Amino acid sequence: MRYEPAVEVAGLVKRYGDKTAVNGLDLAIPRGTVTAVLGPNGAGKTTTVEICEGYRRPDAGTVRVLGLDPVADAARLRPRIGVMLQSGGVYAGARAVEMLKHTAKLYADPLPVAPLVERLGLGSCGRTAYRRLSGGQQQRLALAMAVVGRPELVFLDEPTAGLDPQARRATWELVRELRRDGVTVVVTTHHMDEAEQLADAVAIVDHGRVIAAGSPEELCRGGAESTLRFDGPPGLDLSGLRKVLPDGADASEPVPGSYRVQAPVDPRLLATVTAWCAEAGVMPERLAVGRRSLEDVFLELTGRELRS
Amino acid sequence: MTTYEPRPGGAPVGRMLLAQTALETRMLLRNGEQLLLTVIIPTVLLVLFSAVDVVAVEGPGERVDFLAPGLLALAVLSTAFTGQAIATGFERRYGVLKRLGSTPLPRWALLTAKTGCVLVTEVLQVLLLSAVALALGWSPHGNPLGVLALLALGTAAFSGLGLLMAGTLRAEATLAAANLVFVLLLLAGGVVVPLSKFPSAVRPVLELLPISALSDGLRSVLQYGGSVPWADLGILSVWAVLGLGAAGRFFRWE
Repeated sequence: MRYEPAVEVAGLVKRYGDKTAVNGLDLAIPRGTVTAVLGPNGAGKTTTVEICEGYRRPDAGTVRVLGLDPVADAARLRPRIGVMLQSGGVYAGARAVEMLKHTAKLYADPLPVAPLVERLGLGSCGRTAYRRLSGGQQQRLALAMAVVGRPELVFLDEPTAGLDPQARRATWELVRELRRDGVTVVVTTHHMDEAEQLADAVAIVDHGRVIAAGSPEELCRGGAESTLRFDGPPGLDLSGLRKVLPDGADASEPVPGSYRVQAPVDPRLLATVTAWCAEAGVMPERLAVGRRSLEDVFLELTGRELRS
Repeated sequence: MTTYEPRPGGAPVGRMLLAQTALETRMLLRNGEQLLLTVIIPTVLLVLFSAVDVVAVEGPGERVDFLAPGLLALAVLSTAFTGQAIATGFERRYGVLKRLGSTPLPRWALLTAKTGCVLVTEVLQVLLLSAVALALGWSPHGNPLGVLALLALGTAAFSGLGLLMAGTLRAEATLAAANLVFVLLLLAGGVVVPLSKFPSAVRPVLELLPISALSDGLRSVLQYGGSVPWADLGILSVWAVLGLGAAGRFFRWE
């Protein structure tokens, strides 16, 4: 029982009219971990999470959250989970601290409100009505409301969308503290760096299915050892470059104007590529060497960039 | 340092109900438009029409003896129907109902809290309107239990209709429709204009409106000193059953 996953989704299907939002999705989230559900807008992330939260019924497949059916066992499940919706969820006229205090009152043994307000920098919101808070303040209030009931499992739907870098880091720090104290966290995001920074495990979702899953290291390890990237005018003829590259290396233009060379990168390779550029009269901009990122993984799997 | 170590569990339901009712009531009393609708308009109409002879009142006593029961009915309409419909419509639109749906607060408790908020507001309205009416020379008669039964059934009927509207229409449509219905029922529901002033062809229909049943019932007790007005209570009961039943069937939480 103790080792049963926090979330177990198998063969999940959800349709809206003739549009299929989730199309045979499988997901297993171990307890005590941070899992990022990563994918472009419209991939089915929010639908999946909202089914786990008990908001919608699946059309097919099974969903168990903390061993419970999110719809049939909703009354037993709700006290144990914390939910951060993508937006809204607060009375327009309520004040930030007032709403947080109220949410705390709905739980048996909530966190003390004052330190949480301090922790998330909501103290300055004072008596301001929710509708007059900035987008970032509204996000942080929603995050505080998700954790104030001391849940075992927290669902955060795009928790850092629209936040400035400092507020994003504060949110990440809180997520790490939640994990430290044994809370399971599920984060949906379309930010690669967020998944790389935060997650023990990443599930990449596209067109309503999980197309790859594993730790960020596992996902980035496969394929070429390393990558050389540069930008240039779109549509360059790469056949000449391929001829001079070492065996097993390849050059491609996954997105117009953005080039990748996959090969063991050493100074000689760099010289080969820049020499070819000089010959072609092309200035290689943003020339960069690095290991594969989640962005590359996504690109390889889908042929598209994640940026929406 | 804060620890987030899980200690999950919902609060006792009584505590949740109390907290939710208090919050809903604070939200209502803080909202200027709501206060205009529930407090200022009925009070101003009571004072204005008692002092100025612009509507032809009827029945025994002073002008205020005709007007006070009608404006008590309007107070119930404004809070249980118009105010509740608009507030709930926007709560649905802004995801408040959805978000509360993932807390330990059961849905029935949320609706009970809304009813509690409506009743608290109505008590304040009745106290204020009665004080103003008494100051204007009002002398109420009749059976207080009959009055309470009318107010309770009127609240149930208007709440059902208001929640039906809030749970099915877009928030902006609810805002427009609830205000329109408020004005129409104010004019054509026996609140300040006696139904006897309307053509006899439409009067039987107007008499079946919940606002007419409520204002007529309150008047039959408070102005005429009658006992329990069973016919009006019957009309209100039918509206309550239909409204609450339809709201329960068609209400959408998001």
